[in-house]
Amino acid sequence: MNAKVLAGGQSLVPTLNFRLGRYDYLIDINGLGELAYIRLEGETLCIGAMTRQRSIERSAPVRRYAPLLAEATKSVAHLPIRTRGTIGGSLSHADPAAEYPAVLLALDGELVLQSRAGRRRVPAAEFFLGPLETALRADELLVEIVIPAARPGQGFAFREVSRRRGDFAIVGVAAALTMNAGKIGDARFALCGIGSGPVRLSEAERLLTGQVPSPALLREAGHLAARSVTPQSDLHADADYRRHLIDVLLQQVAAAAFADAGRERL
Amino acid sequence: MSKQHSITVEINGVSGHYQVEARRLLSDFIRDELGLTGTHVGCEHGICGACTILFNGEAVRSCLMFAVQADGARIHTIEGLTRSGEIGRLQALFAEKHALQCGFCTPAMLIIAYDLLRTHASPSDAEIREGMSAALCRCTGYDGIIKAVTQAAKERAVAPPIDADQPHGRCSGKGRRA
Repeated sequence: MNAKVLAGGQSLVPTLNFRLGRYDYLIDINGLGELAYIRLEGETLCIGAMTRQRSIERSAPVRRYAPLLAEATKSVAHLPIRTRGTIGGSLSHADPAAEYPAVLLALDGELVLQSRAGRRRVPAAEFFLGPLETALRADELLVEIVIPAARPGQGFAFREVSRRRGDFAIVGVAAALTMNAGKIGDARFALCGIGSGPVRLSEAERLLTGQVPSPALLREAGHLAARSVTPQSDLHADADYRRHLIDVLLQQVAAAAFADAGRERL
Repeated sequence: MSKQHSITVEINGVSGHYQVEARRLLSDFIRDELGLTGTHVGCEHGICGACTILFNGEAVRSCLMFAVQADGARIHTIEGLTRSGEIGRLQALFAEKHALQCGFCTPAMLIIAYDLLRTHASPSDAEIREGMSAALCRCTGYDGIIKAVTQAAKERAVAPPIDADQPHGRCSGKGRRA
């Protein structure tokens, strides 16, 4: 017997309609209203796994405490998809082109997994194992997403390139910068659209840490990031074009996140 | 034939009880059981948007839901919105601005525009373009559609919902809500 959890269904149902996935049972968790919430607990923003992307997009607490998540949500498909699609469903599905896994990686978020035996918290860096592959065990359900709340001096940005609005990202880059006395104290970049799954761009991060941002430095970081990964070629884009996009998008998100860090959060 | 499930659904203002198979898509249920063929089926995987309906007041792809999931829900299709007259001005603008040719995407375009105009009191050009990209049109090049929706926004042709900003699926969790 094989069973599959049905959350928003915006990725699962297409695979069923195409007969790419066949299950003896679908376990529909849309009735679990207690898994749909957005709340601040101390210094962390807690989001229930069944919170719809449409609710995340419009949530004032998300815009304030996880602005990167709010910004990236606008790039998640189209509004009628976001009406049903959930944050937990997207993260559990772990499509390599999906925005949320990269966002969670850039924000150093954690995933709360529940089984009959209890709960465990898994950092995003240990949750995504590969394309469509996660650390979720067969008897576990993703119940909550935990994101450190944005602090003053932090700046965020997300950009992606897709063939048409709402399509899967050919490449997307998420940035979270922490500024410290005019210098970059901490830089985190995460990438989606690369077939292997979401990845950090650690070489570019190391280059920027401790530095004063300048156009020349950002250019160098972009080139370094593009060289540090091995993207796939497919019918949407070849590897060289993806590398070019990583280069350009990294420079754009770094500059935008730097500008964002100087802004007051309301 | 798998097990039948009983569902109660309000469709275009009328509540009814139905027996459905668990595997039945909501789009097929609407077209084949209810005979409401204004809801079109194009790609059956959420890309084309032709099957868009209002589910508890919000636009969704009916090909990506099962009929059994509509138990207890309120559904509006293009037939209901047309009959109520709520989108009358929007429809007139679609005709006036040449926002359709073959008409296959039109029911979905109207519903997407309706949802967009209800949730955005004065949408920007970019928001209208982004919003209307949620369904595929292969005739118009979108130009007429954008013009019609832009004019409808200017005229406030669609009334905002009475219980504004209370989407379904947003439930109160335990503890403090931010």
